[in-house]
Order: sequence, then structure tokens, then C-alpha cells
Amino acid sequence: MPLLLAVLMASPLSQAEDLVAVAIVDGGIPAPLTSVPGSPDRGRLIVRDISKASCLICHAMPIPEEPDHGQIGPPLEGIGSAYSVPELRLRLVDPKAINPETLMPSYYRIEGLTGVLARYAGTPIYTAQEIEDVVAYLATLKAD
Amino acid sequence: MRFLVLLVGVVSAGLAASAFSRAQEADPTPTPRSGYEFMAPQTQALQDDDFVNPAFFSVEAGERLWSTPMGSEGLSCASCHEAAETSMAGVAARYPQYDPDVGGLVNLEGRINQMLTKEMGAEALAYESEALLGLTTYVALQSRGMPMAVDIEGPARPYFEAGRDYFFTRRGQLDLSCSQCHDGLAGQKLRGDTISQGQINGFPIYRLLWNSTASRHRMFAWCNTSLRAEPEAAGSETYLALELYLAWRGGGLPMESPAVRR
Ligand code: HEC
Ligand code: HEC
Repeated sequence: MPLLLAVLMASPLSQAEDLVAVAIVDGGIPAPLTSVPGSPDRGRLIVRDISKASCLICHAMPIPEEPDHGQIGPPLEGIGSAYSVPELRLRLVDPKAINPETLMPSYYRIEGLTGVLARYAGTPIYTAQEIEDVVAYLATLKAD
Repeated sequence: MRFLVLLVGVVSAGLAASAFSRAQEADPTPTPRSGYEFMAPQTQALQDDDFVNPAFFSVEAGERLWSTPMGSEGLSCASCHEAAETSMAGVAARYPQYDPDVGGLVNLEGRINQMLTKEMGAEALAYESEALLGLTTYVALQSRGMPMAVDIEGPARPYFEAGRDYFFTRRGQLDLSCSQCHDGLAGQKLRGDTISQGQINGFPIYRLLWNSTASRHRMFAWCNTSLRAEPEAAGSETYLALELYLAWRGGGLPMESPAVRR
């Protein structure tokens, strides 16, 4: 049964660029957020970037040159075999759509937040293209 | 005179009612453990030895100020309180507390500033100034080893509840509450940091990351900013309420000031 839960992310009130509307279908987001295909190499750089709420805060990842991986979420080695690309995209865009209590931040959602620092208000953690790049990178993390 | 300004409305409009009921249903408050237990042995060693603990520069500054006349009345703290070792023993462990004259909460920094402005004819000292950190640290040291024990009943109760709401409310772009990290994840690794329970029994602390002594409210602001949430002003009603909740939450922990933290 298709779960036709369309979540509109665009906020008419924000001065920042409107967010791309995303539709959740069957536990994933099948449509890419941009027309430019995601780059796994750029994605690998983005997830390490401390200034962008790095995934390494919480997850161990196969990025041996970075010290101090977090232990809060599950390790992401092999995650590209566990989930399809649409499922990975949803887990990045809005993991709270799957588990409202999760600690993991939604990387492409601006609603329902309290007291956001002024310089981040109205903008998601990642841009639409960054989401695509990171999804492309995660998809390469195959279990061997 | 920031501490005499009475902000009306203890609970900020943004606090979600749902967070409050969740807190009451299943209070995850753990058995208190000092941040000391979560530190690396090298950091603990710095705290263990007063001669190497860098916060003792603040203690010494405070000790000098204790007997230095300040303000138009020509009085020093010692003029009224004599030896801090006896008159200040146990005092810091009871703050913050409700003050009927102020009609709100006062913490240790606030009480010191009240003395300066109301009794001594001096200007209030700024948060994180060397002088206020010094006096606060020197006074807090006189409670070392004594259990933290604040009063949350009577007029203090609504502040306590506002502080608890704050602690359980998710905020910032990362959408996390204080409780999610400090109740739920204590002992786990957030990148290189081991998350502690976020206890306040060691403050003012010397924080190696900052190379300085630091107040409780500066630490709250750091955690807020890390979540990409707007920090409150040091000394604000919201942070005083949060401080009261945290002091209650760590009730019974021995005062450790001046602790050393990463
Ligand atoms: C503040 C902590 C935190 C951060 C930062 C974080 N995550 Fe997560 N993540 C979690 C937790 C906790 C889970 C477990 C799922 C749950 O809670 O529902 C999770 C789950 C996941 C999953 C699903 C794993 C599974 O086995 O089901 C993926 C994929 C994922 N995260 C990717 C990422 C990526 C990529 C980033 C950075 C762009 C990131 N996470 C940042 C905490 C975090
Ligand atoms: C994403 C995780 C996270 C959240 C959420 C968080 N903190 Fe922290 N907090 C930390 C880390 C990491 C440290 C430094 C290591 C330690 O002492 O735990 C810290 C330290 C502290 C300390 C110092 C503890 C000590 O013994 O020196 C206090 C107090 C504190 N936090 C209070 C708060 C409050 C209040 C909030 C909510 C406004 C909050 N924290 C939210 C991660 C977090």
C-alpha cells in the first residue's frame, strides 16, 4: 500500500530560499531534490565537515583519517546495502518522519524547531544538493 | 543591576506543554554522578591538586577582593562577614534560592552583586569578569565537599518547574533537549567528548577548551549554541530557573568548585 504522505517543506514566511517540496512514498523519498546527480566524493567531504553538524558527531563511518567517531547512532558501514536510495534520502531529510523520538536531526526540514540561532533560522542543515551528494556517498557504503 | 530586574512570566512562550507531561510521566533523571567521573585521568589530576589547578588563580583573585574595600561605603566583604572559611561554609550549596525582596531567584553571582550594589555602594560586576568569577569561586570553595541542597518548595516551585521544562524541551536546529544528551547519553561518546550528566556541582570550573574559569551560565550558553539554539543572557530568569532545576537534579553531590573540565 503506497503511503501517500506528502510533506510540504516550503515555508512562505522564510526569507531564505524556499525548500524543495518532498514527497514520502513507501517509506522513502524516491524523487531526487535536485536535477544534478549527487556526487559521492563531495558527499564524503560534506559528512566530515565539522561546521555542518557532521554525522561523525554521532556515527562511526568508514573514514579512517578522522579521529573520534561518535557512538550515539548505529555505525554506517554497510548502510548502502541495508537501505535503498529513497530510504537513505528520507533518513537524512527527516528521520523524525520514521521515528519522532529519534535523536538524529532532520537535515532538510525547518518546521517544528524551537529557538533556532538567528543565523540558521529558516534554513535547513544541508542544502538540497548537499542532501543528494551525501545520499550518493551513503549508497556506496556496501556491506562486503 | 541586572539581577533586580524582574522579568514577568517565568515560562517562556516557546516551552511545549507536551515536554512537561512527558517529563512527569517517565522522569529519566539518573542517580547523580559528578562530571569528574567522566573526565580523563589527566584532567582529574589537574583538579586533584590545588597547586596545579589553574582555577586557583581565580580563587586567589577572589581572596584578595574579599578583604579589599569596594564602593562608596568603604566596606569590604570581610567588614561584614569576617573569615570566609567560617561565614561562607555551605552557602554556595544552597543557591540559587528565592529572594522575597527581589521577587525571584538569586544565584551566587546575583547575591554577590546585591552585596556590592545594596550594601557597599559599588557597581555590579559583569558576568565572567575576573572579579565576579574570583569572588564566586572563592565563596564556592568554602562549600567544597558539602552536598548540594537547594530549596524548590513554596515560591521557588514555579521557577523549578520552568527550569525542568527548559531541560526537557528540544531546541535549536539540531532539535535536541538537554535531557536527551545528559540523561539519556551520559557516558557515551559524542565525537571526542564523553558526555557527562551535565551536573553543576563543580562550578565555577576551569575549562581547558576556553583556557579560563567559567560560570554555570556560560556553560548553558555553550551547550545551547552547540545545538544551534539561541543562548539566553547570563543571569537571565530562564537560566536562573534552569540552574535551580539542575541544582536539585544533582542534589546530594558534593560541591567540587573549582573543578577542572575538558
Ligand atoms: C545527534 C546525533 C546524530 C547525528 C548528528 C546524525 N545521526 Fe544518523 N542516527 C542517529 C541515531 C540515534 C540513529 C538511530 C535511528 C533512530 O534513532 O531512529 C540514526 C540513524 C541513522 C541512519 C539509519 C541507520 C539504521 O541502521 O537504520 C542513517 C542512514 C543515518 N543515521 C545517517 C546519518 C548521516 C548521513 C548523518 C549526517 C549527515 C547523521 N546520520 C547524523 C543519530 C545521529
Ligand atoms: C548534543 C549533546 C548535548 C546537549 C543537547 C546538551 N549538552 Fe551539555 N554538554 C555536552 C558536552 C559534550 C559537554 C562537555 C562534556 C561534559 O561535561 O559532558 C557538556 C557539558 C555540560 C555541562 C558541564 C558539566 C560538568 O560537569 O562540567 C553542563 C552543566 C551542561 N552541559 C548543561 C547542559 C544544558 C543545561 C543543556 C541544555 C540547554 C545541555 N547541556 C545540552 C553535550 C550536550
